[in-house]
Amino acid sequence: MKAFLSIIRRDIKLATSSFGDMLTLVLFFIMIGVIVPIAIGPDKNLLASIAPGVIWIAAFLSSLLALDKMFRQDFDDGSLLAMRHASISFEAIVFAKLIAHWLTSILPLIIATPMLALMLNMNTQILIYTIISLLVGTPALISFGAVGAAITVSLRRGGLIAPVLILPLSLPILIFGVSAIKLGTGAGTQSAALLILGAISLITVAFTPFASALALKLTQE
Amino acid sequence: MIDLGPHASFIIIAYLGVAIVTLALIISNIAQYKKQKNRVKSFEDKG
Amino acid sequence: MTQKIDPLKKMNWFDRIAHPGQFLKWSRYLILPLAILSVILFGVGLWFAFFNSPEDYQMGDTVRIMYIHVPNAWLSQLVYVTMAVSAIGTLVWRHPLADVAMKAAAPLGAAFTTMALFTGALWGRPTWGTYWEWDGRMTATLILLLMYLGIIALWRSFDDQLRAAKLIAIIVLVGTINIPIIKFSVDWWNTLHQPSIVSSEGLSMPASIYTPLLIMMLAFTTLFALLQTNAMRTEILRRKADRQLRKSLNKENG
Repeated sequence: MKAFLSIIRRDIKLATSSFGDMLTLVLFFIMIGVIVPIAIGPDKNLLASIAPGVIWIAAFLSSLLALDKMFRQDFDDGSLLAMRHASISFEAIVFAKLIAHWLTSILPLIIATPMLALMLNMNTQILIYTIISLLVGTPALISFGAVGAAITVSLRRGGLIAPVLILPLSLPILIFGVSAIKLGTGAGTQSAALLILGAISLITVAFTPFASALALKLTQE
Repeated sequence: MIDLGPHASFIIIAYLGVAIVTLALIISNIAQYKKQKNRVKSFEDKG
Repeated sequence: MTQKIDPLKKMNWFDRIAHPGQFLKWSRYLILPLAILSVILFGVGLWFAFFNSPEDYQMGDTVRIMYIHVPNAWLSQLVYVTMAVSAIGTLVWRHPLADVAMKAAAPLGAAFTTMALFTGALWGRPTWGTYWEWDGRMTATLILLLMYLGIIALWRSFDDQLRAAKLIAIIVLVGTINIPIIKFSVDWWNTLHQPSIVSSEGLSMPASIYTPLLIMMLAFTTLFALLQTNAMRTEILRRKADRQLRKSLNKENG
């Protein structure tokens, strides 16, 4: 457990030391909220109705953008290879890195969500639903992302191919994530969508560290 | 040819499209095989 | 080339027939029978489809599109299952033939899925009045196509195909989660699409329509078997040629 926590601490420290990267990601996330109204016009009702979808798309794209740094640096400088000799299993290390990645790349986005909500004319209740939906759904998103990042870690041009592989797998997250926000889609639909989203999240978070760890091991063979 | 009714064009386009893709698939399948076969052969001829 | 001592004698029968070199030998005798069989099946199937089947009382003549749509839709999933089984072979038994099967299947799957979507659009327009509907099954099939294309792209971005096989096997297996979603999605967001035709409900259509459909499904499946076998042979030859290329380059460099 100590080793597990120290990996998380190490990754957070590394991420916060390059604070510019984190800030860039948040800026990208917010900028999607700026360009959408400019692209489709400032109609407030229209914006409010598409806001849940836009926020999920923004979260999707931002998380894909951050994918590459999950393993790339540690793979290149060899620290990933060293971690295979740690006292805890490699799968646990990958899981720890996953948690650290969520805390440093996704949590800032969720914190920035109210900014987006303001620009997209969301009311407070929907904003709360959005934040809950993002909190429940994003772990699944980065879990799939971890598999993609692990598989393409040895590719120099891996930056683009991982998102292309991951997007189709993540579509159920998008579908249920957006349904968990939308009101008036029928009684029970919204809470059911949130529960399914939670189930997907739990399963993928439990599953994918093994797949990612296997991919990293095979790459290092 | 039998009468295909008011939507004949849809049926014909569907069958034609599938025929083209299937034929292209078969032809490329054979061409790829020939290409690799020749590569192996050229190496074996060289010794 | 002189014959070396046969190392295959000690292997059991499965290892023997699954050895790439041996596969190359015996699979040669599969090509012609499969080709003849698929020509016959396509001939009979198309004759049934156009001359010996009635028009549907609801859909009219457009029901004839079904005879090419359903087989392609079925293959779009069967090919993925083939890839998933091969992926298990790659990861668990580390079998070289499984790598080859997995690589050969991906472009075929992409082609069959494209045809399923194409014929589906042309069937949907006269029957429901729209080429495309964002309903569960169609969306899932589109996602399947994107997955095939992503996997093909991934194969092409690796130089070392042996390492690529193991990594791609992982993503194929993770993607297998998607197959049940395709199956059950029709219950989730079903809007316009018909419920699964060949399903547990049994034969919900008359035999006169069911016969050509079954023959066409057999025809397309045989075609897939034929193309898959030949593509696997091609891939084995490609690896052989690549090995020889490396060898000759090494010789030249001393």
